[in-house]
Amino acid sequence: MWFSSPGNLPLFPRVVPFAGAPGNGRCLTIPGVFAVSQTLTRFATAALAAAPALAPFDALAEAGRPVPGQIGFQSSVTPIMDATIAFHDGPLMWIITIIVILVMLLLVWVMVRYNSHINPTPARFTHNSLVEVLWTVVPIAILIFIAIPSFGVLSDQETMPDGTRAYLGASLFDRAGGEVIPAPELTVKATGNQWYWNYEYVDSDGVNFDSNILAGAEPRLLAVDYQLVVPVDTTVRVQVTAAPSGVIHAFAVPSFGIKIDAVPGRLSETWFRARKTGVYYGQCSELCGKDHAFMPIAVRVVERVEFETWLAALTVDGDPEAAKTTLASLN
Amino acid sequence: MAHAEAADHHAGHGHPTGWRRYVYSTNHKDIGTMYLVFAIVGGVIGGALSGFMRWELAEPGIQIFHGLASMVYGFEGDAALDAGKHMYNVFTTAHGLIMIFFMVMPALIGGFGNWFVPLMIGAPDMAFPRMNNISFWLLPPAIAMLVISMFVEGTGGFPGLGGGWTIYPPLSEQGGTSTTFAILSLHLAGASSILGAINFITTIFNMRAPGMTLHKMPLFVWSILITTFLILLAMPVLAGAITMLLTDINFGTTFFVPEGGGDPVLFQHLFWFFGHPEVYILILPGFGIVSHVVSTFSRKPIFGYLGMVYAMVAIGFIGFVVWAHHMYTTGISLNTQRYFVAATMVIAVPTGVKIFSWIATMWGGSIQFKTPMLWAIGFIFLFTVGGVTGVVLANAGVDRSLHDTYYVVAHFHYVLSLGAVFAIFAAWYFWYPKMSGYMYNELIANTHFWLTFIGVNLVFFPQHFLGLAGMPRRYVDYPDAFAPWNMVSSIGYLVTLAGLVVFLIGLVEAFVRKRAAGDNPWGAGATTLEWTLPSPPPFHQFDTLPVIK
Repeated sequence: MWFSSPGNLPLFPRVVPFAGAPGNGRCLTIPGVFAVSQTLTRFATAALAAAPALAPFDALAEAGRPVPGQIGFQSSVTPIMDATIAFHDGPLMWIITIIVILVMLLLVWVMVRYNSHINPTPARFTHNSLVEVLWTVVPIAILIFIAIPSFGVLSDQETMPDGTRAYLGASLFDRAGGEVIPAPELTVKATGNQWYWNYEYVDSDGVNFDSNILAGAEPRLLAVDYQLVVPVDTTVRVQVTAAPSGVIHAFAVPSFGIKIDAVPGRLSETWFRARKTGVYYGQCSELCGKDHAFMPIAVRVVERVEFETWLAALTVDGDPEAAKTTLASLN
Repeated sequence: MAHAEAADHHAGHGHPTGWRRYVYSTNHKDIGTMYLVFAIVGGVIGGALSGFMRWELAEPGIQIFHGLASMVYGFEGDAALDAGKHMYNVFTTAHGLIMIFFMVMPALIGGFGNWFVPLMIGAPDMAFPRMNNISFWLLPPAIAMLVISMFVEGTGGFPGLGGGWTIYPPLSEQGGTSTTFAILSLHLAGASSILGAINFITTIFNMRAPGMTLHKMPLFVWSILITTFLILLAMPVLAGAITMLLTDINFGTTFFVPEGGGDPVLFQHLFWFFGHPEVYILILPGFGIVSHVVSTFSRKPIFGYLGMVYAMVAIGFIGFVVWAHHMYTTGISLNTQRYFVAATMVIAVPTGVKIFSWIATMWGGSIQFKTPMLWAIGFIFLFTVGGVTGVVLANAGVDRSLHDTYYVVAHFHYVLSLGAVFAIFAAWYFWYPKMSGYMYNELIANTHFWLTFIGVNLVFFPQHFLGLAGMPRRYVDYPDAFAPWNMVSSIGYLVTLAGLVVFLIGLVEAFVRKRAAGDNPWGAGATTLEWTLPSPPPFHQFDTLPVIK
């Protein structure tokens, strides 16, 4: 399966399934688009083979937190972030890198070949219909090629799983090869306040607690006193809003590939399904005042049995400290 | 009256002198000069603000802003720390607004537009010289209001508006008096640019020399024409939105307050309906300038003139139908996001046409690497980098991860700080001999270019990495893992600052040495009408209208 590869492999093992399989365009129906995407896919495949390790984006990356010197995304633990990374590090990164290099080479060429010492008499031409058509049509073809996975990734992000729909994951051009994701089994509501989050377990009589930054703890500015605890391999519905008389915040967890604004008076919705236990950090991502940088998000993904024990302890009298102690005693 | 003066043919007679020449000015060149000086002052203030931000962000932890808050506002102890955090937000807000409204727009539209649109179309002056005067003189009170807003009571009882240049409510509504001052500042700046836009549109449509049809008009004039249409259509929407904000704050309305039935997201729609065309307002004149510089120093006519014109028209038009790509995370529906993804990506096509046409203009040319050409080539390359990250961000699926991170900061600084600003400097060195009559020092000017080129790339390229790794923007402090690239970015600021110092030295040096530039220092490649005039041009030009074949 696509998600079984260890997180520290370099870029290419993850991209090759997209670019190397010639049948990947089969889901497309428009013949012209199909042909263009086939050509470009072959082009990308050749580029991948010829230039290994252009950008080892995840060489330094970890899941859940940034690491010093990192140059790419944090590693993924959800199908959504798998797709985001496959799309960005794959087709998008290749295309934009090639375009920038092409423009740079053209500029270097004209500077070398057509400087006034070498070419003292300038040409006078001002038109060339062929190149003008080419540099209009080729970009359109490239954009269509980008749009196909782009719309797929976007639709996945914005569609709540129902137990029948297949999600792309890293197989950008092949929805049938993706993963069917079960409908949500748990709903949590995150409410942004100035400057902390409140997490409510909607299915458990609305038991809720505040989550504040924990000064002096590591990782600095990411650690919180009470983490949002969810079970592993479980589809979680996240409802996001802000205090009615407050300001806009944004709930974001990079390794999950989610970011959604917490708007006063509106209830927004997203989802994630984490496949690895651990702590995943995020930070408020909409300017919300002086302590905007000091209201982190920490999601602790635990085994299901641990989650149930923790939730039971929380629901006794709604004390997150007791639940935290209970969870710690399990390990 | 300006026309009466123009008619009397006695240069120097009847012209106001001393301070009256500027304060009462109805002369497009003097007003253009005032705009340029204003833009330099605005740029120095805005650049200083960003200097404090880069100083703060050089290392994790809060380094300077608590001290700054106690020095400037007199807070002590814990209050100084809170005031410092808020002050950082005030600085990001003021930096953005000043650079947009009081640096780039005055330089490109008010400055170079005023100076060269009449010269290029063979007109004696702007259509409404008196209105030109008020367009400029609205700006000093506007920037004064913005600076005042940094010192009156704002968000949470601390001084200043800390809501970001996007002034999203409800946060900006917590800013009280400071937001009110900032809104009045934007109203004045908006009125100034709307009046200027009316002036340019009228001038360009009605005062072109005989024979200069629209399709023979220089590309810089086209770029100003399109830009001013964008201003005319976009600014009133901003004015409406901030007036609603103003009444929310001061008169108890609840347009954007959910408790009263309002909706904070409505403001974002209105703001970005203005805000997205605004970023094209900032860059389109640069497109025009780069076309002239590239053509002049390649000694070859611009490649694909009509394609260049209609690419700008297309960019201007599409600019109005892509606004919600700034709002992918607000909870707008899937279909809405799909539309905005598709519409946004379309912009890459006319932009690509421009990039490739510039290169095709150089192709087969006889290129001289004078300072303006260095800036123009730098512009083409860096704008390409900023453009392709724009294509990345256009995809809502990827923008989900990158929205409100440093990737976005890197993207828009590549197109603005490295795009619009490079175009401004290209124009500066291109037209400096024409405006002042003096030649700049090539060594100093080239040093300015290289320091700036290296500096801004050091500042902004690592910010792509920070954004991908998840560092949110508008953060006074960040997790320790983000430290290395932030340090690189701050070092880059120092290099850029050295470039700015060299720029100012070059400015003074040229005036001290007074090397006469002559009518046309650039030779056969410079074909537009301003090069047929003396340098600097006479107080009134084209007493006899030039005829375009």
